[in-house]
Amino acid sequence: MTGSEILELGGSTARVSTPLLFAALGGWVSERSGVINIALEGLMLVGAFAAASCAHVTGSPWMGALGGMMAGAALAGVYAFTVIPLRANQVVAGTAINMLAAGITPLLGAYLFDSTSGTPSLPASARFHSAPIWIGVAVVGLGWVWTRYTRTGLWVRFAGENPEALDAAGVRVARVRWVAVLVSGALAGMGGSSLSIFLASSFSRDMTAGRGFMALAALIFGKWKPVPAALACLLFGFFDALQIRLQGLSFGNGLPIPVQFIQVLPYAVTILVLAGFVGKSSAPKALGM
Amino acid sequence: MSGILKRLLQPFLAVALGLALGLGIAALGGDSAWVILKALLNSAFGSRYDFGMTLFYSAPLVLTGLSVAMGLEAGLFNIGAEGQMGLGALAAAAVGIGFPGVPWPLAPALAVFAAFLAGATWGAIPGWLRAKRGSHEVIITIMMNFIAAGVASYFTLYVFKAPHSQNSETSSVAAAYLIHPFAFFMDAPVSAALLLSLVIAGGTALFFRRTVAGYELRAVGANEMAARFAGIDVGRSQLLALTFAGGIAGLAGIPEVLSASGRFRMGFSPGYGFMGIAVALLGRRRAMGIIAAALLFGALQKGTAYLELDTQHVTRDLSQILQALVILSVSADGLWRWLKNDRL
Repeated sequence: MTGSEILELGGSTARVSTPLLFAALGGWVSERSGVINIALEGLMLVGAFAAASCAHVTGSPWMGALGGMMAGAALAGVYAFTVIPLRANQVVAGTAINMLAAGITPLLGAYLFDSTSGTPSLPASARFHSAPIWIGVAVVGLGWVWTRYTRTGLWVRFAGENPEALDAAGVRVARVRWVAVLVSGALAGMGGSSLSIFLASSFSRDMTAGRGFMALAALIFGKWKPVPAALACLLFGFFDALQIRLQGLSFGNGLPIPVQFIQVLPYAVTILVLAGFVGKSSAPKALGM
Repeated sequence: MSGILKRLLQPFLAVALGLALGLGIAALGGDSAWVILKALLNSAFGSRYDFGMTLFYSAPLVLTGLSVAMGLEAGLFNIGAEGQMGLGALAAAAVGIGFPGVPWPLAPALAVFAAFLAGATWGAIPGWLRAKRGSHEVIITIMMNFIAAGVASYFTLYVFKAPHSQNSETSSVAAAYLIHPFAFFMDAPVSAALLLSLVIAGGTALFFRRTVAGYELRAVGANEMAARFAGIDVGRSQLLALTFAGGIAGLAGIPEVLSASGRFRMGFSPGYGFMGIAVALLGRRRAMGIIAAALLFGALQKGTAYLELDTQHVTRDLSQILQALVILSVSADGLWRWLKNDRL
């Protein structure tokens, strides 16, 4: 590999890590407050759809991202309603939210654009070129400062670690969790937006392809801390970039490597990372309660 | 109110609520909810053929439902039934192509065994990782689904490829493997493979009620810590649960491979593995409940299959939306507790 190839691989790692980064941060806010977020996949998917749709209508990637975040937050609201006041099992309800997103995006596509397979292709002016990467880095930094040095950040952590103490301090735990889940939805929606209007130039059906779950794996690997989780996203992003780079490559004897083996690389790495992750579990104590 | 009625009330109300919400969403497109509902019912039950197709869709759903329920009984959430089923179907087709000389009654039995084994292997991996490494089974099983799709695609396109076909499908299995459809349902591929689902449903009920392993598995699901103190090997039960869950899901492709197309077709499943989640939850993890829920979701799958033709804008994607809403309604504990305390 030459120097420029390595540089190129680094650049594409940063790009493909961005959707994971936002989603992992979204998962982090929610899980820190004590709410498991298996629904990240679905929140990303509606975010990707809404972002591509809004960017198509307005011609602006910023409006697209706004739409994606709002859609993610809206679906997160449905999730919060079923798990906070209605006390549904969080893993089960999260899975249902993922199915809802997978069904509703093609249905809306049929209503709005007469197509169940995706949204119209966007011109370069309606897409992002590098902004989501920098926004992502900034959000990681802000998140770190927020949980360490602000009162509301402390509330979120207490909601996940010791909700009784927070309640005793006169803060309504349910309200903190509601806000955390909505913020989580907006962040995951931004992750979806960077998929459809940054990495790609339209929404396509089921385009998240497990990234919400990979973000969750990154969060677990990063021990529910923003900076390590972000680094874990970079690791997954690297294998995704490598996978794209390896397609079309041949074995030493000239036979092409089957593309199927290359494409499963990021999924296999995710399993290996979760399997190799030993050590004391550091999940928030009241997670899922 | 009598016990049975009370137990049936919640699933019934949950389905009604889910359907009402889903039809409401569908009606946003401009079609009336009534027209959509009529099209749904007509397509699912309109003729002997239609009902046969409903049954054909229900048979795999009984199995994926049982698979998810098996995990839930042990406190594990298996969302890998889709991949386990895909590899089971592929294994059944591989045996049918690779061993064409096996005589009739033995041949389908061999294919069923291969399907079970392939699915069980795919389930055992997350089971082992959960038991030994504490890895989150939900994430692992989802990743395993993507890898299964890659594996199936490789074998279909490179190893068992149908020579003259334009589609991503394997060549046909030998004739001795086929289980022929009942004539009663016209051209719908409903066969004795349907009975396989019922036999497995009965088998799992016996496993939970009559065996030590089944009892231990449920004890682990009910309270892991208590089970551990009682001397039950928790990891072994978890491994067993996901291995069986995988094996049962592996069988879900049998009706397709041995009765419908006689081969493995990529993308043959409309999401049976994920629908199994709705089936297991609505059926409350019990054999009879799962069979009833599988019939309901089979009817929904058939009912939504031609919505594009019968309505202006609604597509078959409505099926997935309805499943999701039924799951949300069933699992909204707070809602049902409120109804019980204040109303019943």
